[in-house]
Amino acid sequence: MTFSPQLEQRFAKMLTRYPEGRTRSAVIPMLIYAQDEVGAITRDVIEEVAKRCKVTPVQVDEVVGYYSMLHRKPQGKFHVQVCTNISCLLVGGEELYEHAKKKLGVGHKETTADGQFSLEEVECMGACSWAPAVEINYDFHHHVTPEKLDQLIDGLRKAH
Amino acid sequence: MAKQLYNPPSPLETRILSKRFGLEGSETLDVYLANDGYKAFLKAKEMAPEAIIEEVKTSALRGRGGAGFPTGLKWSFVPRTSPKPRVIVVNADESEPGTCKDRLLMEYDPHQMIEGILIASLAVQAHVGYIYIRGEYRYLVEAMDRALEEAYARGYLGKNIAGTGWDFDLYTHTGAGAYECGEETALLDSLEGKRGIPRMKPPFPAVAGAWAMPTLLNNVETFSAIPPIIRDGGAAFAALGTPKNGGTRLVCISGHVNQPGVYELPLGFPMMKAIEEVAGGIPGGKKLKAVVPGGSSCPILRADECDIAMDYDTLAKIGSMLGSGGMVVLDETTDMVGFALRIMRFYAHESCGWCIPCREGTTWMKKILTRFHEGQGRREDIALLGELSKNMLGRTFCALGDAAALPTISIVEKFTEDFETYLARQEVMV
Amino acid sequence: MAELVKLTIDGREIQAEKGALLIEVARQNGIEVPAFCYHEDYSLQAACRMCLVEIEKTPKLQVGCTTPAAEGMVVRTDSDIVRTARKGTLEFLLTNHPLDCPVCDKGGECELQDMVFRYGAGESRFVERKHHVDEKQWSPVVYFDAPRCILCYRCVRACNEGMGVGALGVGNRGAISEIIPNHDDHLECDECGACIDICPVGALTSGSYRYQTRPWEMEHVGTICTHCADGCKTTLGVRNHEIVRGNNRDRSGINDEFLCIKGRYAFDFTKHPERLQSPMLRTEKGYQPISWSKALAIVATKFSTVKLAGGRFGVIGSNHTTNEENFFLAKFARQGLETKNIDHHRTGDLAAFFDALSGKNNVLATTADLYQAKAVLVVGADLSQQHPFLAFQARANVRHHDGHIYAVTTGEVREDQQAVASVRVEKGGELAGVESLRDKLKAEGDLVIVFGDAVQGDVLRKLVAFGDSLGIPVKYVCLVDYSNSRGAFDMGVTPKDGGLSREQMLAAADLDVLWVVGANPLKNAQLASKNAFVVVQDLFMTETAKQADIVLPAASAYEKSGTVTNVCGEVQKLAQAIKVMGPKTDLEVMGLIAKEMGLDLGIWLPEKVFAEIRKSVHGYNMSQGQLAVGPAATMPLNGRVAALPGTIQSSGDTLFTSGSLTRYSGILNSVMEAPGQLYRGKGQ
Repeated sequence: MTFSPQLEQRFAKMLTRYPEGRTRSAVIPMLIYAQDEVGAITRDVIEEVAKRCKVTPVQVDEVVGYYSMLHRKPQGKFHVQVCTNISCLLVGGEELYEHAKKKLGVGHKETTADGQFSLEEVECMGACSWAPAVEINYDFHHHVTPEKLDQLIDGLRKAH
Repeated sequence: MAKQLYNPPSPLETRILSKRFGLEGSETLDVYLANDGYKAFLKAKEMAPEAIIEEVKTSALRGRGGAGFPTGLKWSFVPRTSPKPRVIVVNADESEPGTCKDRLLMEYDPHQMIEGILIASLAVQAHVGYIYIRGEYRYLVEAMDRALEEAYARGYLGKNIAGTGWDFDLYTHTGAGAYECGEETALLDSLEGKRGIPRMKPPFPAVAGAWAMPTLLNNVETFSAIPPIIRDGGAAFAALGTPKNGGTRLVCISGHVNQPGVYELPLGFPMMKAIEEVAGGIPGGKKLKAVVPGGSSCPILRADECDIAMDYDTLAKIGSMLGSGGMVVLDETTDMVGFALRIMRFYAHESCGWCIPCREGTTWMKKILTRFHEGQGRREDIALLGELSKNMLGRTFCALGDAAALPTISIVEKFTEDFETYLARQEVMV
Repeated sequence: MAELVKLTIDGREIQAEKGALLIEVARQNGIEVPAFCYHEDYSLQAACRMCLVEIEKTPKLQVGCTTPAAEGMVVRTDSDIVRTARKGTLEFLLTNHPLDCPVCDKGGECELQDMVFRYGAGESRFVERKHHVDEKQWSPVVYFDAPRCILCYRCVRACNEGMGVGALGVGNRGAISEIIPNHDDHLECDECGACIDICPVGALTSGSYRYQTRPWEMEHVGTICTHCADGCKTTLGVRNHEIVRGNNRDRSGINDEFLCIKGRYAFDFTKHPERLQSPMLRTEKGYQPISWSKALAIVATKFSTVKLAGGRFGVIGSNHTTNEENFFLAKFARQGLETKNIDHHRTGDLAAFFDALSGKNNVLATTADLYQAKAVLVVGADLSQQHPFLAFQARANVRHHDGHIYAVTTGEVREDQQAVASVRVEKGGELAGVESLRDKLKAEGDLVIVFGDAVQGDVLRKLVAFGDSLGIPVKYVCLVDYSNSRGAFDMGVTPKDGGLSREQMLAAADLDVLWVVGANPLKNAQLASKNAFVVVQDLFMTETAKQADIVLPAASAYEKSGTVTNVCGEVQKLAQAIKVMGPKTDLEVMGLIAKEMGLDLGIWLPEKVFAEIRKSVHGYNMSQGQLAVGPAATMPLNGRVAALPGTIQSSGDTLFTSGSLTRYSGILNSVMEAPGQLYRGKGQ
């Protein structure tokens, strides 16, 4: 399989970064960038990454199961990740997550019927001092209140 | 011109590592160079590797990732004359709940860290480095890539750095979501494209690390502290802190405080002063109940234990840890059962599964705490949680088992009354 | 000699090699340190935490499997704190274990059961819901039940390090971690079942054995696998005179923990529905069953008549029958029938081999030599496919002794993964390929050269000359295909002294009798003599049997005793696992024919025949006692060995074929990898 020219360029560069014969090191970055483009880690992606990094498919499969950001099923166009870990918990993270569930009508690791949004309750993502925090795709949002989350989601809905 | 920070600075801070935070364009090489940038590297280039390491030892800098191992000593373990090439790895897998400082160092002042890495490369005679950044910090992978690109373009990375004849290549490497990869050997396995399972030690990474090459592995903040240490001397840095606890560190204050934020404070700074003055005290005039002193894996402190200086040795003395600098403040309304549950849910989620006690122990305790929290607790669960924690403690493959056990033991022992309250409430309902 | 240290374990002062692992030191001194993940052949994991021990002056308990013995160490393996730790770990393990022991295949021989019995708590404090995952079938021979799995990773290592296949991995994370197969929902591998044998619990189960019986209801008969020439021990589980499983869990054979799909599963041909049950006589109405006495009388009469008339016999022996049977057949042909026309399907040039080695000492490699030698050179063979145990030995050598592998082959082979150097050659270019490695090989301390049928005649002699010229000790293995190919040659089932070769017999227009004992020469050939009386002894109606005038049902190797000689010349005893009604052993059949003919060829009991072999076959002077305790290696001849007429060619069997037996093994035909191919990537 082939990826977009930009991604192909990224992968080509990526494979040269590691010491000679250590292309296996590119497995995880390659998977997450491929997921960003393809939408999920499909069997094809596993086989392709294995081929490019010169490892066996099961070596890639092992990695896919291990890392929590790698998904075998497509997520929504906007993946809403709400942290409920301790710092967020103390300042309304759980309430925010409950609110997000109601707002989107989906639960943990579920996707809305239109494929626009998916929701995930996540572990600490490093925004503790500006809690509660939400990450939508790769964008951080700090001091998020239910109202602010509504605005964020509505804004994304409108724009797309 | 100042730029908007995630939280306003406090006048009580000692801003060494964060001194450029807030400067417009602080992430650019120009601003870095205009504000002492690369003075330290040029100075280090004239020093012997032993002298650099000696300076770092003098600074009493201790690893800022959480374990607090003396940095200079760690550097001295790397066999710099080994026929195998040396590798530098930056642990930017900041994942300890309560911790959010490395983000700022990379976002606001990436060149400071790059310079620190370059100095380390001189000390251990390495020519390549990798910055392992947690997957959730994609924007920082991009920010670091921009900084690296700029450094390469301006001759501060690559061949003949700043005309000194020194060569060094530095790359970013993204993770994909795994707390365990913050453990240095798990990080190395992850860097090699594998599951993030910790390695057996020995051999230590210094001898056989990334791709079995001698590897120097430090946290973002540790590397970022190197330029000021070399520039102004290790003694000056050491003097900022307390004996054996040199310098300042970025303390991440979160939870029930009026002004949560990341503040650079000298080692030995009084904890209560940090809560009350730096972070503005507890909202609504509520009383302090407990403090997580350095990330979720540290044994929790009761309010009456918090009148202490924040340094590694003082915390160790009272049976806790300074950890990663993630200080979580809990007011009197906090439900400790829920808090313990949230901590255990985290460790059960993040246990790599390699060894039996951690894999099964965290999940079992998560189930007990969930049940307890849902009002189905049994009196014997309280003792059981303590016993199961102790069955994990010190018996797991890596420190994750301890990280889950220690806070649990401390919560169960120090806040038994919270568990009793649950049982009493159940009785009323029956 | 390694440096010795003194340490104390459980109050006993013990001497050990410095750096030896505590778990090993303890076990060697009779002190049990329990462990699940530790396996002496494979990489260390320190994952199960069962082997925690207390070491004085060390604050935390340490795992015995990775802690090296050191001078003055004071170790306790049975203190309260250690016992508590073990109990705690077992309690953790059982939280998600289904405890379905009453229906589990492993019940009764389960390491988890044993450990809990010995070290565990009587009751569980776990009152939560267990995590359940449904059982999965990964292949016809491998099933996986994740909840039973304790994640000791032995299977992953056996597959990866031992087999060189790497078909298993670990998926997910934390408490839901589980073993995963290499192709999403199924396995594509050697289907060897090593993962099942090495599993300490009932997580990996065998497709053919699962839910068949309980371990204690079986008799366990250790015998030698009847398929390829490597001579692996397989322990057959027998219940009610039926073989229900093959395994190697006691690791007492030359093959240690190794077995391939054939040794572990392909015993199933013994109960194939087409198995011949009585002698069959060709009549106008086709084959009709007849009694043994009638059949023997017909054969004896025919043999006697032809012999008396000075007619021409052709005798073809087997690669699978025992040494005793082959010896008796050769004797029968030469003395009883007075013919030199005796041969078998020769798959390696043993005549040239023994001739080239004549007079040399210490040149015949044993299977152990492949594990011990500094270097192993494979020439013209796909070792992992054709001789999987020899390949396993070479891999283990690399793993344990940093041994070096070299491969000179016509296509990609598994040995390439670990080879110091792999040379690709055209067929016939093997010697040139070997020559290109001269400098590297010369630098090795010692060498075992293993070669296939491409190396025969002069090429073989030149290869031995090459070995001689290296100036280092060199041993050789001349590869042959089947369980007793080597024995057939050694016992004289060859057209020496001017007899007709197999091909010549088939081509002779005036052959009066063709007697085939356990072979299928007419599979791809025609019998020229239209009037020949054909007698066939076999298990099945093979292509050859279908042209016979009379077919005598034979017992398989699992149904008789006797000895076989493996590819390395190691003689091992068969043990009769099951008794069958109808078929007779080939030895008995031959004995009865001889009796019927009034010939005196001696008593046809295996032990009596072996006593004769000891006296008259060079290199076989080994006692039954020697054979009872393990393999006995044969020795090379001293004297020239004349070249034999006829062709020498390997059948090219893969891991999933076994000559004419292939079609009668349901298992071999059921796996998707079958029939497999030699030399992956050949000609690419």
